Amino acid sequence: MLVGPLIALLLSVVAGGIFILSIGQNPIEVYTRFIGDSLGNAYGIGQILFKATPLMFTGLAAAICFKANLFNIGAEGQMTIGAFLTGLVGSYFQGLPGWILLPASLVAGMAGGAAWGIIPGYLKARFGAHEVINTIMMNFIAMGVVSYFITNIVGVPATVHTPEISPSTTLARLESFFPVFHGSPVNLSFFIAVVICLGAYIFLTRTPRGYEIRALGLNAPAAEYARIPIRKNIIITFALAGACAGLGGMNFILGYKHYFELGFSEGSGFIGIAVALLARNNPIGIIVTSLFFGMLEYGSLTINTIVPKELSNILQAIVILLMITLTKVLGGWIERKRSPEPTNA
Amino acid sequence: MLNSLLTVAFLSQCLRISVPYAFPALGATFSERGGVVNIALEGILLISAFAATVGTYFTGSPLFGVVCGIAAGGLTAFLHGLITITLKADQIVSGIGINLLAVGLTKFCCQLIFNSSSNSDRIAGIDQWSFFGSIPILDNPFVILIFILAIVMQFVLFKTRFGLRLRSVGEFPAAAESLGVNISRMRHAGVVISGVMTGIGGAWLAFNQHSFTDGMSAGRGFIALAAMIIGKWNPLGALAACLLFGIAESLSIQLQSTSQYIQFIQLIPYVVTMIVLAGFIGRAVPPAADGIPYEKDAA
Amino acid sequence: MVAVEMQHITKHFGHVLANHDVDFHVSEGEIHALVGENGAGKSTLMHILYGLYQPDSGSIAIREHSVSIPSPSQAIGLGIGMVHQHFMLIPPLTVLENIILGNEPVTGVGILDLAHAEEQIKTLLERYHVDVDLHARIETLSVGIQQRVEILKLLYRNANILILDEPTPVLTPQETDALFETLHGLQAQGKTIILITHKLHEVMAISNSVTVMRRGKVIATCPTTQTSHTELSRQMVGHELALLPPLSGEPSHEPGLVLEGISALNDRHLPALRDVSLSIAKGEILGIAAVEGNGQSELVEVITGIRKPTEGRIIIDGINASSADQMPPISHIPEDRQKRGLVLDFTLKENLLLGRQHENAFHGMLLFHDRSVEKFAETTLRTFDVRPPDSRRRCRNLSGGNQQKVVIGREMTKDSHLIVAAHPTRGLDIGAIDFVHRTLLKERSRGKSILLVSSDLDELMTLSDRIEVMFGGRIVLTRKTRETTLRELGQYMTGTASS
Repeated sequence: MLVGPLIALLLSVVAGGIFILSIGQNPIEVYTRFIGDSLGNAYGIGQILFKATPLMFTGLAAAICFKANLFNIGAEGQMTIGAFLTGLVGSYFQGLPGWILLPASLVAGMAGGAAWGIIPGYLKARFGAHEVINTIMMNFIAMGVVSYFITNIVGVPATVHTPEISPSTTLARLESFFPVFHGSPVNLSFFIAVVICLGAYIFLTRTPRGYEIRALGLNAPAAEYARIPIRKNIIITFALAGACAGLGGMNFILGYKHYFELGFSEGSGFIGIAVALLARNNPIGIIVTSLFFGMLEYGSLTINTIVPKELSNILQAIVILLMITLTKVLGGWIERKRSPEPTNA
Repeated sequence: MLNSLLTVAFLSQCLRISVPYAFPALGATFSERGGVVNIALEGILLISAFAATVGTYFTGSPLFGVVCGIAAGGLTAFLHGLITITLKADQIVSGIGINLLAVGLTKFCCQLIFNSSSNSDRIAGIDQWSFFGSIPILDNPFVILIFILAIVMQFVLFKTRFGLRLRSVGEFPAAAESLGVNISRMRHAGVVISGVMTGIGGAWLAFNQHSFTDGMSAGRGFIALAAMIIGKWNPLGALAACLLFGIAESLSIQLQSTSQYIQFIQLIPYVVTMIVLAGFIGRAVPPAADGIPYEKDAA
Repeated sequence: MVAVEMQHITKHFGHVLANHDVDFHVSEGEIHALVGENGAGKSTLMHILYGLYQPDSGSIAIREHSVSIPSPSQAIGLGIGMVHQHFMLIPPLTVLENIILGNEPVTGVGILDLAHAEEQIKTLLERYHVDVDLHARIETLSVGIQQRVEILKLLYRNANILILDEPTPVLTPQETDALFETLHGLQAQGKTIILITHKLHEVMAISNSVTVMRRGKVIATCPTTQTSHTELSRQMVGHELALLPPLSGEPSHEPGLVLEGISALNDRHLPALRDVSLSIAKGEILGIAAVEGNGQSELVEVITGIRKPTEGRIIIDGINASSADQMPPISHIPEDRQKRGLVLDFTLKENLLLGRQHENAFHGMLLFHDRSVEKFAETTLRTFDVRPPDSRRRCRNLSGGNQQKVVIGREMTKDSHLIVAAHPTRGLDIGAIDFVHRTLLKERSRGKSILLVSSDLDELMTLSDRIEVMFGGRIVLTRKTRETTLRELGQYMTGTASS
């Protein structure tokens, strides 16, 4: 089971090395600096945890849909809308105490993301419309809508962010508990993300609804036979996925800058797809793979003076392509080793 | 405002705007008729735009730029084909992966070559290519090309041996194989054609703007797929749908200049796509084996 | 002259030995039957002859020349043609396009020369007395006509050796007669025909020689005149199979299922069921006989709640079940177990929950009760003789017969009084078929109402108390089984009965 991901990782490291060579740098030197600066000190590790946090949410957003054989390319837009609402609620209700405001902002985020996911989900369920194209369209629409509101209505003038949130709803940074993480923005959101991943795992494997979603994803006609309501489950799946993505902003907004800013996500909606695939859509695996991609993100910054940081984007894409080919190739190899049944011998 | 709509200038603008939708849409019909979903068209547009920019920048020849664009498009599509046809991996995720690769790769190379990960230097366009001189609509060779290609491709698809085999492979590959048709080869051909067509579109994007900008494809590759669906997987239908999208986008540009709701108006193409897709899917049936890798023993 | 000579053919699929040192020969101009139950290796052997598979070892000679057949193109070039069990026809293309695909006549740069093709095919139509509209799309044609198109494909390519893989299960008795007439005509023109089948009365009726295979090996080869139905049956199975007990006892008079005036549309929004009314008593098996596409699939879907009828009422056990919420539990053995009845990538345990995931015994407030599910799985797998009875095994790795047993185990242990079985023995070997039949009879004697849809008229006649024939979405005939014949059923199935 782990062979595929490990080979994919290995090959991407090699691919990265080739890119580094092609621009005349020494891969060993680059990788050493990469690992040293990111893993070698607590600040670096803190950064990795910080960058991994939203990836857990977007990874879940992709994985939950993949389990139902649905393609959610809209985590970026779902996260934007959810984060925007989180920032709005957090900043609008300045007087409320934390134990009300914090859950309220999070619920707002989930609701926004869920709504953004339900729209393409409904179009798919009701009309059979291509959720790939629709979720991508929703990404563009999210940017436009939020951009309008920030520019014209709620944004702080001359900036692209919302007003600061109430202090009662901020999430403390880890450095206040563990001084060793001083300077890095990693905060309590990280633990919330881990808990949500665990919850997603239990949901998918141990509840009837999770069973229905998985059955639907593996064999839709059989799900129909089993009286599993297909349309309802498509919409529920997209709602849950969108809600997860909608929480993705809490890391930046509640735990770091304390406001919502356009472009904060830096593409983590799409990286979530790689996170999910490398973890083979297993929520527990997503905790691990998001850490890996977080390291890739941060590490590429540490070597930015030598190698353009876009190398990390290239490697993310290579991981995706490698994962899908390897799972296929290895899966076929394993099938041939067991005894397959030809349907008419 | 209505007066300004019916001018030649407006129609000319509509046609020009349709071009970067039309090339990928036309290409997509051949890929999907053969049974391969190609979501990577967005990424291919981007890569070929960059390749065309670099090619023109270093040689000063736009023609060479177009060739670079076509080559980049064909090669990227071939990669998609290798992953999905030869290795039989998931077509949609491969497309998404290639799109991400395109974004990263173009930014990476742009940074290396032009010292900016967002913008390249200015390049020559195709202004000096007018064949028909001052006739407004026809002065653009790319516009003429999309019409010619649509007609040719429609004919090839339905009246030639290649087209018949391509369609059979997209509908029922096992049947085609049992009669000796090489599924892999046909599908690869369809995918590479889609890459080549899109490559021309990418070159156009670069020439139109006289430079490369990060993310300049702006979703056109996806909208092109929607146009293909609306056009019922026929080249002529896809072209017609692209012209409609061109009109919609032109209208939104006209509106923008008189409104403060710029951000919303820019969203018109995307919203229109979603609405039209919802309305059309019931009536549009893809090739039966579209999106399904061909596994021999699964028959 | 020996038309086909295959020697020492061996073929593995992973660990499964599909063909084991097989020797097979066919004389020119004869109709040769290749016989065996499901899984015996007959299709594999013919797929090798047609170039779709490569043997691990062995040799092939056509007309006494040694050949190698790496792909169907070579087979076609050697004059070999194959009509597959599942037709290899492309629905949205026309008859003409389907026939010429792969051998298209072209002009110049690859442009199709359809006029020339049409001429050529018309000649064939005349010579072999076949009648087909060349410009009709395949999806509009009946199964019998589609089969003729398949044969035309072979003749267009000058096939001299024709392989037909299980051609008759989809045909009515009358269409089967027509097919055999065509085959005799082809034989008269000097063609060699290999007929793969497991229907022994057909073998005795039409073939000149017969080869029996069992578990990948050839058991016997001889002229048909020198063998018999019982002999072939014994060779196919390897032992005498105990006959099924005859139907015992009479059904009660209590109705278990009643349909009143049911009408419904199919997936293409065309009428599939027109004013269908029927009733099944408790302890009764009602058989439905119909040619594919006459509404029997939609009938099953309406009764099991997958499809909503546009008119009419369904009454199960006295409860009006027309609204989905109120559906009482029904046991449903679907016609395609891999597509509808199982999730192959789920474990056996998970498959046993399919359709039953909401039963209270299996879960608490939020989560599944692992222990109760596990216990249920172990008991059921053992009771229904699933091999291996490992609840954690992925369903994909089981044989067809065992997969069907999982479905049956799941469905028969439901708390239901109605069983709907659609083609429950399709693709199973004789042992599994026997198991299914005995299970249905047992449930009948326990007072369940059973609807049995099957294309195997012998099966229907053996198991049913009553048989009804569907044609064009209507019930056109109702008979007690002992008061009808195969011939009569066939006439009503094709709508050719004189009323």
